[in-house]
Amino acid sequence: MYKHKTTLSLPGPDDVLRQTLPNGLTLLVRENFASPTVVVSGYVNAGAADVPRDKIGLAGFTTDVMERGTHTRSFAQLYEEVESIAASFGLESGIHTTSFGAKGLAEHLPLLLDILNDVLRHPAFEKEQVEKARAEILTDIQERENDTQRMAALMFRELAYPEAHPLHWSQTGYNATISRLTRDDLAQFHAQFFAPQDAVIVVVGAVKAAVAAQAITDTFGAWQANRPPYPVLPPVPKLTERREKRLTIDDKTQSDLILGWPGPARLDPDFVPCFVANTVLGVFGMYGRLGKIIREANGLAYYVYSHIEGGKAPGPWRVIAGVNPANVDKTVTLIIQELHRIRDKRVSKDELNDSQSFLTGSLPLQLETNEGVAHALLNIERYNLGLDYLQRYTEMITAVTAPQVQDVAQRWLDPDHYALAVAEPSTS
Amino acid sequence: MNLLRTTLDNGLKVLIRESHAAPVVSVWAWYRAGVRNEHLGVTGISHWVEHMAFKGSARWPEGSADQAIAREGGVFNGMTWYDFTTYYETLPAHKISLALDIESDRMHNIVFEPEAVESERTVIISERQGNENSPLFLLGEEVAAAAYRVHPYGHETLGHLCDLQTMTRDTLYHYYQRYYTPSNAILAIAGDFNTGEIERLAERYFGSIATGPQVPPVGAIEPPQRGERRVIVEGAGQTDYLNVAFHIPEARHEDFFALTVLNAVLGGAAGFLVGGGAVTNHTSRLYRALVDKEFAIDVGGSLMSTVDPGLYQLTATAWPGRALADVETALWTEIERLQTSPVTPPELEKAQRQARALFAYASESATQQAFWLGYSEIFADYGWFTRYLDKLAAVTADDVQRAAQIYLRPQNRTTGWYLSKK
Repeated sequence: MYKHKTTLSLPGPDDVLRQTLPNGLTLLVRENFASPTVVVSGYVNAGAADVPRDKIGLAGFTTDVMERGTHTRSFAQLYEEVESIAASFGLESGIHTTSFGAKGLAEHLPLLLDILNDVLRHPAFEKEQVEKARAEILTDIQERENDTQRMAALMFRELAYPEAHPLHWSQTGYNATISRLTRDDLAQFHAQFFAPQDAVIVVVGAVKAAVAAQAITDTFGAWQANRPPYPVLPPVPKLTERREKRLTIDDKTQSDLILGWPGPARLDPDFVPCFVANTVLGVFGMYGRLGKIIREANGLAYYVYSHIEGGKAPGPWRVIAGVNPANVDKTVTLIIQELHRIRDKRVSKDELNDSQSFLTGSLPLQLETNEGVAHALLNIERYNLGLDYLQRYTEMITAVTAPQVQDVAQRWLDPDHYALAVAEPSTS
Repeated sequence: MNLLRTTLDNGLKVLIRESHAAPVVSVWAWYRAGVRNEHLGVTGISHWVEHMAFKGSARWPEGSADQAIAREGGVFNGMTWYDFTTYYETLPAHKISLALDIESDRMHNIVFEPEAVESERTVIISERQGNENSPLFLLGEEVAAAAYRVHPYGHETLGHLCDLQTMTRDTLYHYYQRYYTPSNAILAIAGDFNTGEIERLAERYFGSIATGPQVPPVGAIEPPQRGERRVIVEGAGQTDYLNVAFHIPEARHEDFFALTVLNAVLGGAAGFLVGGGAVTNHTSRLYRALVDKEFAIDVGGSLMSTVDPGLYQLTATAWPGRALADVETALWTEIERLQTSPVTPPELEKAQRQARALFAYASESATQQAFWLGYSEIFADYGWFTRYLDKLAAVTADDVQRAAQIYLRPQNRTTGWYLSKK
């Protein structure tokens, strides 16, 4: 019998350095000298949930312009520094947070931290860069209108979430809102919401933990700012009716459909059993039960899968498929049939074991790269899961029982009340 | 680097790279069967056979291999490209036998049930239709078709719809029998193991498979292009796109490295296909000339690394309200600049520095390592990959200028416009 040599060392309290600085920023570092690279990943608590209804898209617009120059680095200088060492950095706004990240050779960690600190704290919001970013976003919105997958996603949000909730709206924004946002709107949003309190920064790579921690402290330790209290989002009610919206787009040949519901938040006690149920439904092997019936047995779609987002918001639980326009109704019928099946009949022991061993067995793969470890550590911090989370993960997943899977399917996967968004070719 | 390169008696090339960074292993089986081996009437056949190779054998009935891999927490997939079809599994290291078992079975035992072929026909057509929803796919397909009038690289991996509608089960099966043989395949393995043990396992799983017939040679040679070709695609949307393709030599050719540096200066350093890192291109010449000057929203370049001469493509999204003719003019000005004066020493140094970092990013995981073992062997040999940085370091400003003069001539280009109806 072949024996491999290396044992998986799951990141945990013994090898992850974690500190919280006096300004509220928490840092986590894990060493990995397998390759000469380093990944920085983190977030600050500023996002779409902080944006009023008439300024939708403001959070994303702000981060786009933050990437385009600081008080001491023009756009050209910023990218000359980063690209000349083949590093990369970026910001991305979400509902509650703005994520930031960078990747480069380990020797460049101090520079990467300096640049992230600079764009997070000292963005210039130059008028010219505001207009360039605006043109990019408006073009992206135009492209979205001609994209069946993106339009289906947009319509699904509108159907599944109440207007008062940020998940109802596009985070990119709309032509009307992006067109009227001003430079001052962006600068003000930044000044008001970007702060180190409860922010997190993770470094993983070929650098000594103590050295990386000191570099983070030296760079971000002096950041002093406070943001207003976090917004309280309205509750997301379960759907009590079937909501459907279809949109036709010219010159298309395939239909994209999304069928789903607002799902459980990450910290909802139902989340872990739902996560396992979702693996059975539309992930395991080639897209789970949905793939088997819709792609393999009926040849209806190139892709069909289900996805549960979790998140703080709470994010959606969706079935997503791309099918020939003639097969949309048949595909929906088969999806509903599979929803009934997972609700009505308890999943067999073998099938449940399969999904559980997939989820636990894939940990080494997820944690193979610096990006994978950084992503896992960031999630642990985001949801306060505890540094021993990865070490408890297998036990937590295997503890889910077939009755639990059936119970959450019955409560969350409602085959009569759901949102269905279809973006499809015009038939004429 | 701990690398073993060997050939089994049946002709199967085996490349093994041992590394103990993580308890993971990645196994890739490569076949010299891609767009290059296709002709009109059977375009898309390599890709369709790839789909069929997941539809099962007597030993691994449909779905069972996928499930066995997933049960171990592994990932798997297949992909088809210009010169190859490949399949991989990345798994916890102690499960490597499972991947070898599945791939050795896939090499000669897939059954091609007629019902499975019909069911997959609609899946393949659906995949093509999904791509047709994208303006850039429609434009790219037309540009490649115009750039090549003889060589099969001119058609899409997905194939023409009429061929997908008419190809028969027997045609697919014969293609599989002809191209899926040890002597037409490469087995690439990277990860946490002992090389000697893996060599023995490779022999055990693959050694008894019959050598198989010689594959037919590819005789197509694209004749020189004698003047610019232009295509226009009209379609929905509000955004216009420009796609320009220049014929370039095969990846083994010495000029390929000068073109790699040229692309880094002109369009921005390109990453390495499978994972790893990428750099933005905001300091590239084209970004400065087209995006900073508000001719384009974005712009980028890509080189095909192929067995036969490929294409160097530049793609731009027009700035709102900008005519594609203006975007083109700005683009030609930058190309002329490359042809008439050498790139500067800092530009050359930056391109070489970027290559070194991107190379490091491209070797971080077992999956990436095994990918490069096999991929470079397809269009050259693994030495191409290991010598890559030295080759780039040897490129001079004169080499770049000469490559621009030879390959970026107007007579050598195909220019495509996607005009939105607005």
